Amino acid sequence: MNDLTNKPWLNWFKLASPSTFYPVAGRLIPFFWILSIAFGLAGLWMSFFVAPVDAVQGQGYRIIFVHVPASWMSMFLYIMMAVWAGIGLVFNTRLSAMMAQAIAPIGAVMAFLSLWTGAFWGKPMWGAWWVWDARLTSELILFFLYLGFIALQASIDQARRADKASAILALVGVVNVPIIYFSVKWWNTLHQGASVSMSKAPSMAQTMLWGMLLMALCFWMYAIAVTLMRVRVIILERESHADWVKQLKEVRS
Amino acid sequence: MNAFFMIVQRDLLLVMRRKSEVLTALFFFVIVTSLFPLGIGADTALLRKIAPGVIWVSALLATLLGLQRLFASDYLDGTLEQMALSPRSFVVLVLGKITAHWVVCGLPLLILAPVIGLQFDLDTAALETLLLTLLLGTPVLSLIGSIGAALTLGLRGGGALMSLLVLPLYIPVLIFGAGAVYAKSVGLDVTGHFSLLGALLILALAFVPWVSAAALRIAIE
Repeated sequence: MNDLTNKPWLNWFKLASPSTFYPVAGRLIPFFWILSIAFGLAGLWMSFFVAPVDAVQGQGYRIIFVHVPASWMSMFLYIMMAVWAGIGLVFNTRLSAMMAQAIAPIGAVMAFLSLWTGAFWGKPMWGAWWVWDARLTSELILFFLYLGFIALQASIDQARRADKASAILALVGVVNVPIIYFSVKWWNTLHQGASVSMSKAPSMAQTMLWGMLLMALCFWMYAIAVTLMRVRVIILERESHADWVKQLKEVRS
Repeated sequence: MNAFFMIVQRDLLLVMRRKSEVLTALFFFVIVTSLFPLGIGADTALLRKIAPGVIWVSALLATLLGLQRLFASDYLDGTLEQMALSPRSFVVLVLGKITAHWVVCGLPLLILAPVIGLQFDLDTAALETLLLTLLLGTPVLSLIGSIGAALTLGLRGGGALMSLLVLPLYIPVLIFGAGAVYAKSVGLDVTGHFSLLGALLILALAFVPWVSAAALRIAIE
């Protein structure tokens, strides 16, 4: 053990090796599950018992406590996926590509959840399950982009080529994420404008906002926990030939 | 620059030796657009309204047909590998191949589109707009499509997979292209649509050849 390995920045690179990351991820998973459940309980309590009934939309509005965090996460996870894919492409690190591969299905589920809850919200509010509005449409496109990424990754047998090809696809697709975000301003359509904005005070009750933020944190922690679980499985699958995998307790038994 | 024209000329010559491939995509375009009136009835007002969308969607699908062959034959006989190894810039060669694809698959659509437009009873102003949007939009389709073609090169079921990857990326072009024709026919200003289509074309021209070249290098690695 020389002096250099004690420097913190080197430890990050050490983590980039699947054999080091595997046990670390295993230790982190329970931590993120606990956080997710804690935020989830607080968020649900906030959104069902504390937040007031909306003057216009009645009780039905409460679906935004799932809908909005799911939409946020679907966009955020796509960016994270593209970031990991980009890092994998630039530095040629295997673990980064595995992270991108692990994130994709969770992002797809979030996009689907966002569309699904959006439909439930739209029926009573707009009188239609689906309207061809810019935000809905771009969320749908995002869902398609996730499916494309997963399909491309799955249809290439060589892991190395699959990683690089899907990384390029993720980077190309990430152009779509800002379009989703700004589409509200570009097209003036049925969908109500963003209720939460960075520059001015939000146009909703404080308690509603807190409920939504807590739920978003819950979804975030959940996404991290499941990503780590998935990436551990992917590591086992890809490194099954390696000695350190064969010596693992869970593999031997 | 010389290498660019060489590649364009070579690809066009190859196409001229096998004309049926080009004509298939063109007939596909004509047949698909002709199916819509048969499917939804010959109500002139309705046809005029859906014409921009129908023509644009058919153009997207016709472009996809040609994309499958964009790199496939060069990949199979090893020419693509030689291009990647050659001292000429691979990006320029890839751009040449994309340009040839546009000349073969995009340009003929421009010539056919007015005839199709007349079938749908579009007026002259709308036809003009349709032509201009196709002129700006079809190169973007060829460019973006080349990424999909490069990524799925040599894969099982590559064609269907490529559609899955490429069609979502085509949506902005479709929205602004068909939107401009529709806006024109109801008397709205279309400069915004054209600016956005032009921006898409410039962005695609600036970045796509590099992306496609990188994707091809991964495929032939």
